[in-house]
Amino acid sequence: MSTAHPPQDRAGTPDAGDGHPDGAAPTRSRVTFRVNGEPADLTVDHRATLLDVLREDLGLTGAKKGCDHGQCGACTVLVDGRRANSCLLLAVAQDGAEVITIEGLAAGDELHPLQQAFLDRDAFQCGYCTSGQLCSAVGMFAEAAAGHPSHVTDPARPAGRGPVELTPAEIRERLSGNLCRCGAYPHIVAAVEDVTR
Amino acid sequence: MKPYGYVRARSVEEATAAHAAHPGARYLAGGTNLVDLMKHGVETPGTLVDVSRLPLDTVEEPPGGGLRVGATVRNSDLAAHPLVRERYPVLSQALLAGASGQLRNIATTGGNLLQRTRCPYFQDTGTPCNKRAPGTGCAAREGVHRDHAVLGHSPHCVATHPSDMAVALAALDATVELRGPDGERTVPVTEFHRLPGDHPERDTVVRPGELITAVVLPPGTAGLPSAYRKARDRASYAFALASVAAVLDVAGDGTVRHVALAFGGLAHRPWRARLAETALLGAAPTEDALAHAVEAELGLAQPLRDNAFKVPLARNLAHRVLSELAADRP
Repeated sequence: MSTAHPPQDRAGTPDAGDGHPDGAAPTRSRVTFRVNGEPADLTVDHRATLLDVLREDLGLTGAKKGCDHGQCGACTVLVDGRRANSCLLLAVAQDGAEVITIEGLAAGDELHPLQQAFLDRDAFQCGYCTSGQLCSAVGMFAEAAAGHPSHVTDPARPAGRGPVELTPAEIRERLSGNLCRCGAYPHIVAAVEDVTR
Repeated sequence: MKPYGYVRARSVEEATAAHAAHPGARYLAGGTNLVDLMKHGVETPGTLVDVSRLPLDTVEEPPGGGLRVGATVRNSDLAAHPLVRERYPVLSQALLAGASGQLRNIATTGGNLLQRTRCPYFQDTGTPCNKRAPGTGCAAREGVHRDHAVLGHSPHCVATHPSDMAVALAALDATVELRGPDGERTVPVTEFHRLPGDHPERDTVVRPGELITAVVLPPGTAGLPSAYRKARDRASYAFALASVAAVLDVAGDGTVRHVALAFGGLAHRPWRARLAETALLGAAPTEDALAHAVEAELGLAQPLRDNAFKVPLARNLAHRVLSELAADRP
């Protein structure tokens, strides 16, 4: 789909060599972003999603292609610090982005506290949704810390004035974009709660 | 998926010019709906004009009051904005009732208004659908239509508009600012989406090449008591079976000074309940008055074979929300 390409000073511009044979507009472009702190310089097919590029070009298969339609959350990664469904982000549009995947959560051999909590709480069965659950929860911690409300937050609570307390009800609502078909939800909520304490 | 071109616009002028210059162009912002529809083969753009980095990502207070929300402000940021939370609670609540945390981080204000119906036949290119392929018929009318419209539908289309945000904006009398080849114009949110009629392929009144640049919340509805309530098949992360956005201001003498009621999940566009509003304006918001007003509006409903349950569902939601707003006043 896409091939490695040397860094360019005009990232995001169409690659003139990759157009239609009939001379129509190019269908591939050069893009530069960072993944888990490492630079990635690629020429990507405009149709490729960030998920495609992570898995197929960069060998980062932690983010999963579950539904590929933004309905299951298995592809969740952090883009510029915010959780996002990588199956709906076109890679070509991510020029300059800072991407963190499940492979980038641990500090070397030291697991992220949430990863350790998932192990301690047995917060998965088949494990397919786990990468997305972890990245989503890490994004959620930042949102709650910034005072972002959720559907179950008291509407009278002023936004942005201190962190929102992550009660089990808040955790369940805020992680509703991550489905677990094994039904490991009770242990997932417990693991996330452990880290918020 | 068919290959396509990609252009990243750096200004509104550049975006509209690029759209005009490329046949089959579509604007790309968050892409949460457009990219999905491209995967389904429903959208087949010749070129994507990426508007996600335009300098339209701020919420500003215009000199005359209200709020001006840039088209690329993300749904999550708008929902969490302190001034939205404080002055237009119905909007924050509606946004937070929609999609998921990670989708709201991507989806934009302009894109939310332009999202397409989630009618399964619209998304399935193997079935007839007048919205996707005009003239092929409507598979939903006699098919699976539990989630579909009970108000304002036509023989050609029974789809609903899926947005929660738009329902709140309709109740708040917000307006949409557009920039196109013929200049700028402003459209009230209540007139932005169409009823299907003979042309269900047209969701909105947006003209070819026009770009949403902002949504404006008027000073008139700032600070008024308001709320959003949504009924869905699961507790979170599902589209509305029915939803209600309400604004209710009761004067010191106990009569209704301002009322706006809008339904989601019931029609091809957010449904402003004008009959109910007319019945309540100037009246005391007693339980009887609220019940009669809501009943008057839903008397217009024409349910399909399998979605008559939406009428009492919407009635009870609306009655409850209005009743709570009436009781809440100081």
